[in-house]
Amino acid sequence: MRMNGADAILRSLEAEGVEVAFGLPGGAILPLYDAFARGTTVRHVLARHEQGAGHMAQGYARASGRVGVAIATSGPGATNLVTPIADAWMDSTPLVCITGQVRSNLIGSDAFQECDITGITIPIVKHSWLVQDVEELPHVLKAAFHVARTGRCGPVLVDVPRDIQEAEFDFSYPDTVSLPGWKPPRRGHERQILAAAHAIAAAERPILYVGGGVLNADATEELLVLAETARLPVVTTLMAKGGFPETHELHAGWPGMHGPKWSNYALNKADLIIAVGSRFDDRVTGKVSAFAPGATVIHLDIDAAEISKIRHADIPVVGPLKPVLAEIGRILTDARRPGATEPWLRQIAEWRDTYPLRYRRDGDMLKPQFVLETLQALTAGRDDVVFTTGVGQHQMWAMQYLRCDVPRSFITSGGLGTMGYGIPAAVGAKAARPDATVVCVDGDGCFQMTQQELATSVLEDLPIVVVIVNNGYLGMVRQWQDMFFEERFSQIRLTHTVPDYAALARAYGGEGFTVESEDDLEPALVEALACGRTAVVDARVDPREHCFPMIPAGAAALDLVEFEEVVTKVGA
Amino acid sequence: MKHTLSVLVENKPGVLMRITSMFARRGFNIDSLAVGPTERHDVSCVTIRVDCASSPLEQIEKQMHKLVNVLRVAELVPGESIERELVLMKVSAPPAKRAELMALGEVFGARVVDLGPDSIIFELTGPPEDVDSFEELVRPHGLQELVRTGRIGLGRAHRPNRNRPRQHVLA
Ligand SMILES: Cc1ncc(C[n+]2csc(CCOP(=O)(O)OP(=O)(O)O)c2C)c(N)n1
Ligand SMILES: [Mg+2]
Repeated sequence: MRMNGADAILRSLEAEGVEVAFGLPGGAILPLYDAFARGTTVRHVLARHEQGAGHMAQGYARASGRVGVAIATSGPGATNLVTPIADAWMDSTPLVCITGQVRSNLIGSDAFQECDITGITIPIVKHSWLVQDVEELPHVLKAAFHVARTGRCGPVLVDVPRDIQEAEFDFSYPDTVSLPGWKPPRRGHERQILAAAHAIAAAERPILYVGGGVLNADATEELLVLAETARLPVVTTLMAKGGFPETHELHAGWPGMHGPKWSNYALNKADLIIAVGSRFDDRVTGKVSAFAPGATVIHLDIDAAEISKIRHADIPVVGPLKPVLAEIGRILTDARRPGATEPWLRQIAEWRDTYPLRYRRDGDMLKPQFVLETLQALTAGRDDVVFTTGVGQHQMWAMQYLRCDVPRSFITSGGLGTMGYGIPAAVGAKAARPDATVVCVDGDGCFQMTQQELATSVLEDLPIVVVIVNNGYLGMVRQWQDMFFEERFSQIRLTHTVPDYAALARAYGGEGFTVESEDDLEPALVEALACGRTAVVDARVDPREHCFPMIPAGAAALDLVEFEEVVTKVGA
Repeated sequence: MKHTLSVLVENKPGVLMRITSMFARRGFNIDSLAVGPTERHDVSCVTIRVDCASSPLEQIEKQMHKLVNVLRVAELVPGESIERELVLMKVSAPPAKRAELMALGEVFGARVVDLGPDSIIFELTGPPEDVDSFEELVRPHGLQELVRTGRIGLGRAHRPNRNRPRQHVLA
């Protein structure tokens, strides 16, 4: 059918089954927006900042398991997408970004709003295309979606000059892609799978160390079957939270910098670590040379480059996790030694009972941990709640206190640690799951980085609940300055009261609640969760509270610092 | 430890930038790099000499495999491959020294490609080690300028052809 490039982009998105795209127009992408005006089944959500559009697309992708789509104009529109692209790269979120570019004949001339966005983003995309001929456009888009969601998921970028959007051609959407250099592994090596299963059967103290890959691979069922078959304890990283039911008796918590002591003990004292779609991130391992010194490592991953990148893998299996986990589980149905892991499970349970999370409910200020505990109590057992977070202390408390039993119910910026991720990610998650209650646990600092997307939430009818753990500070920085810089506080004070968050919420057309005492907290949360509108709960909490336990940067995981312990080991 | 990688890539804009950017970002050290056409108009060959002191070769190869435009990565293993490099060098050659220099050149099979009143330009194509030796021997005579192409190579004649890519078995 004869049409221009802009219409062809929308027909391609429709062919890919895209339901919603997040963006903001400008000169170089005007033809595409004109095509939106002509009509499409793709819903467009107008963000207030392209960073917001990008994080919304990420939130959508992670809540739905589908590819997120973000659209921006050339120059500043495109550069505003750089943070979400980097975030999606680090957290393996499937994302297709479509940017306008100046006309082909102007490229290279420093034209108005010209910017080499394909060049800028090379280190943070799986692949990118600058479309040079309108005839290529459908093939490029087909390839873009294919690359974003196959192999290890991640972001791609398609840069479309304005004249290409305007050029007429005969459109047809290809059925297949031709990418001779793109061959993600299709199955795990049989002998390696067998070796992995036998090592698991033989282990005394095995543990599943599960990362975000298990969600991208849609392999949570297979994981559950494997864990139950062989009676294996499971730790889930921040990225995998919800990938294994957290109220399950085999769940052993969360490893890493702010993970509970018992979880770090379980991982570090194991004799066999089965890494599943996880990558031995420094926030999990602490000092790598001291990490799990006695453990043999099985590493299951779709990305061959993760194998032995940080920690040597004794038994690597490169392949899609779903069939790999299923096969290992199947072999273990016969090969397992019944009861073999019971002493180990008892040991972990003992650590859990000996080293619970602790904080003190004293003083006259609300405690941040209490806010999270209350939120947990009010949402417990619900499978229709999706949490997103900002980055900082509140994020770590959210990890510690919320119990996520279903996949894709906890969406956070793990690898890049992007402040401001929470609100737009929540808006995107709501677009993916309109019937779910979407709650963003935010920091007061993070809130102020992307608060303008409350307007998007209100006007696009994508209501979210934002719970601000308002400590009046860039709290995580405060904690580091307090613990590692001899309490020299520098440039961290935000105040509890400027801005007035509840008033701000109302200014945006939402509901606002200010909470300063334990008594006021629950009623405010209940009302916010039930009101069905965009709501902000400003919970003003004690700024002196630190997030414990903590593995100081560069220290061994087993040297973590507990609540009310003095920091003795400060790492590099 | 240094290795030579022969990398077949799609002949598309920006491919080299994707490779060098990945090397720079991951802190992989490039000793030399040569890019050129192959027997297929849509495929180019990038020959990279890498220093694997800081990152293991395997990691470098795997990261390269992830680039969408990279078709094949193979190591040119010494003994099982032929490697060549081209050098041009301008050397001081006053008339009294000329004969000695030209004799030296002959030993290595270097050609004199230009001759001036007091300098001479040699061209030598050969195994990179020969180029190294020649350079060492010429240097004391007054090496004015030197350019090397970086090495290129092929698996030996009895080895399977690169265009029937060897199945890369990943564990
Ligand atoms: C965009 C960005 N800038 C800076 C940082 C560094 N940083 C990490 S946590 C943090 C403080 C966050 O403050 P807030 O949102 O109030 O959360 P809190 O730690 O107080 O819970 C900062 C500045 C970051 N992660 N991201
Ligand atoms: Mg704060």
